[in-house]
Amino acid sequence: MHAVFNFVRGPMAGIAFAVFIIGCLYQMASMWRLARKKDAVVFHYFSLFYALRSIIHWMVPFAALNMRRHPVMTGVTFVFHLCLFAVPFFLSSHAILFKESWDVSWAWLPDGIADIMTLAVMGACLFFLGRRIFLREVRYLTTVSDVLILFCVALPFFSGFWAGQQWPGFPVMTLVHMISGEILLMLIPFTRLRHMLFFPVIRGYMGSEFGAVRRARDW
Amino acid sequence: MTHRPEQPYEIISDIGVEKGAEKLTPERIREVIRRYLEEEGGARLRVYADTCVHCGLCSDACHFFLSNDREPRFSPAGKVKQALLPILRKKGDVSADFIKRATEIAFTECNLCRRCVMYCPFGIDVAYLMLFVRRLSHKLGVVPQYIQDTAHSHAATMNQMWVREDEWIDTLHWQEEEAREEIPNLRIPLEKEGAEIFYSVIGPEPKFRAQLIYQAAVIMNVAGQDWTMPATPGWDNSDMCMYTGDEEMVARLKKKHFETAMRLKTKRIVMGECGHAFRSVHDVGNRFLGWKMAPVPVTHAIEFYSELFQSRKLRVKRKYDIPVTLHDPCNVVRGGGLHELARYVIHETCSRFVEMHPNREHNYCCGAGGGVINCGPPYTHKRVVGSRVKAEQLAEAAAKGARVVIAPCHNCHGGLEDIIKHYGLDLEVKFLGDIVYASIDKEG
Repeated sequence: MHAVFNFVRGPMAGIAFAVFIIGCLYQMASMWRLARKKDAVVFHYFSLFYALRSIIHWMVPFAALNMRRHPVMTGVTFVFHLCLFAVPFFLSSHAILFKESWDVSWAWLPDGIADIMTLAVMGACLFFLGRRIFLREVRYLTTVSDVLILFCVALPFFSGFWAGQQWPGFPVMTLVHMISGEILLMLIPFTRLRHMLFFPVIRGYMGSEFGAVRRARDW
Repeated sequence: MTHRPEQPYEIISDIGVEKGAEKLTPERIREVIRRYLEEEGGARLRVYADTCVHCGLCSDACHFFLSNDREPRFSPAGKVKQALLPILRKKGDVSADFIKRATEIAFTECNLCRRCVMYCPFGIDVAYLMLFVRRLSHKLGVVPQYIQDTAHSHAATMNQMWVREDEWIDTLHWQEEEAREEIPNLRIPLEKEGAEIFYSVIGPEPKFRAQLIYQAAVIMNVAGQDWTMPATPGWDNSDMCMYTGDEEMVARLKKKHFETAMRLKTKRIVMGECGHAFRSVHDVGNRFLGWKMAPVPVTHAIEFYSELFQSRKLRVKRKYDIPVTLHDPCNVVRGGGLHELARYVIHETCSRFVEMHPNREHNYCCGAGGGVINCGPPYTHKRVVGSRVKAEQLAEAAAKGARVVIAPCHNCHGGLEDIIKHYGLDLEVKFLGDIVYASIDKEG
């Protein structure tokens, strides 16, 4: 158990970060190369001003009409993504690990707040699952991998919360937490989670086309 | 999770699709698809297809989805799932029946209006993906017969409606003669080299809406414009090949069009009120020719009328006093940002204006655009049923007093007329040019 723990905390964490970073760079580079070869149009029409105009409108909650049409979904989505990024980076126990491993440190969240944010991520995952089950148009589009991805996102938060509360079996849960977190990190470049990478790219390109060529809004 | 449509659908019989599909073999389908993906399946295709998180938020953008009681298979992502994803997943191992169904979806259940781009959080361009499927259908020779016929006409005559060269010239002379009854010294100048403006129209104008050429000639003459029309092929700015996926023909057509403007040494092209032609000339055809923007400046009629009013070259004699509403055509509004200029012209020429909701970039499509109406009678019923939200939007404007819908686009005209007839609405469809013509002081 101890050996496994050390492996997961040491080499596997390094592998996970490496796969994540190299995977993301690979995805971006291969898309860049493919676009250069077959979609030169993307570069010719790219406009930084209109790209940012579009990206900002879609990064600000309720700035786009469709966000206002779905206020609950919009609220949940923004809280979900905010917590999804903030908790792993600003959790005190993670900060201690970063400090111990790489001697870097930054401000961290009070544990009570981090707990609430973790629950928010899990609640949001349940909400997304509910949409996939109960909304016809979402159910129609949903594939097995969509549900699995949701599970993969929720698991590190669920197990991390369990471990953090030191509930029964928390040492195993700590292990589950670390492994699932590392798997999630590695999945990002190779699954639909890469929407994280491509959101600014697509939005920026469409924003450029809409703004510079079509002289219209896209939100 | 079910992957099958929740409601059964009826395959519509279309001779172009049927006969084309009969000639397909699994080997041919696979070979064509693999070559197509290899040659043309680029980063946009991959990123759009892989990034969609299946959230369904695009659904509310689509009039087909909203009008068909929120039937999931009509949502934009639902159409991508049915028509495109199996092609990518199976790398071309799909049946002829699949190609028929994918063709029907891409050609007749999506108007390529791009409203869903404004509803997708990522901005995934479903119109691009549907056009990708259409081009595949074109390469496989499985295209709805009516729209393929217009594409054939483009290839053979360089216009959409099989108009012969002598018929074109004759129609212009005929309209000139008619208009001279009203303005005795009116001219429709043919082949005037060095004129300021090359006025271009779509094939259906000489074919069955010749009065629009008459009206344009009156407006040009009253406003004292230095203009001309060519006596040769190249006069037609329309482009159904853009919608059948025949990109080689798009390039031929636009080359002819721009070269005609250059041969006549005109400073710019002013277009009649057409949406898809504007998309082709302003945004699509130029790209296939390697021009970032059109090589000759292009002005849509809406912009042109607004220029003439702003510069006081046109003056209003008596405002049009029947209450009007405005339908914002996708291709000139979401595709050209001309919505405020259209409203300016309406405020200049009309005394009562009722705003339609939603409007501007968020307006609902007429159901006819993107070549859907050009797929012909086999699909008319499906098209008007898929436009129920448009009918409700029109009915709401009518309830507020509107009696006339101004639609500055030919396809929108056809689509709205069908909707008005099917749903029994008390509205008449007019072009902006009809209103301008009716309201201006023709004595200058």
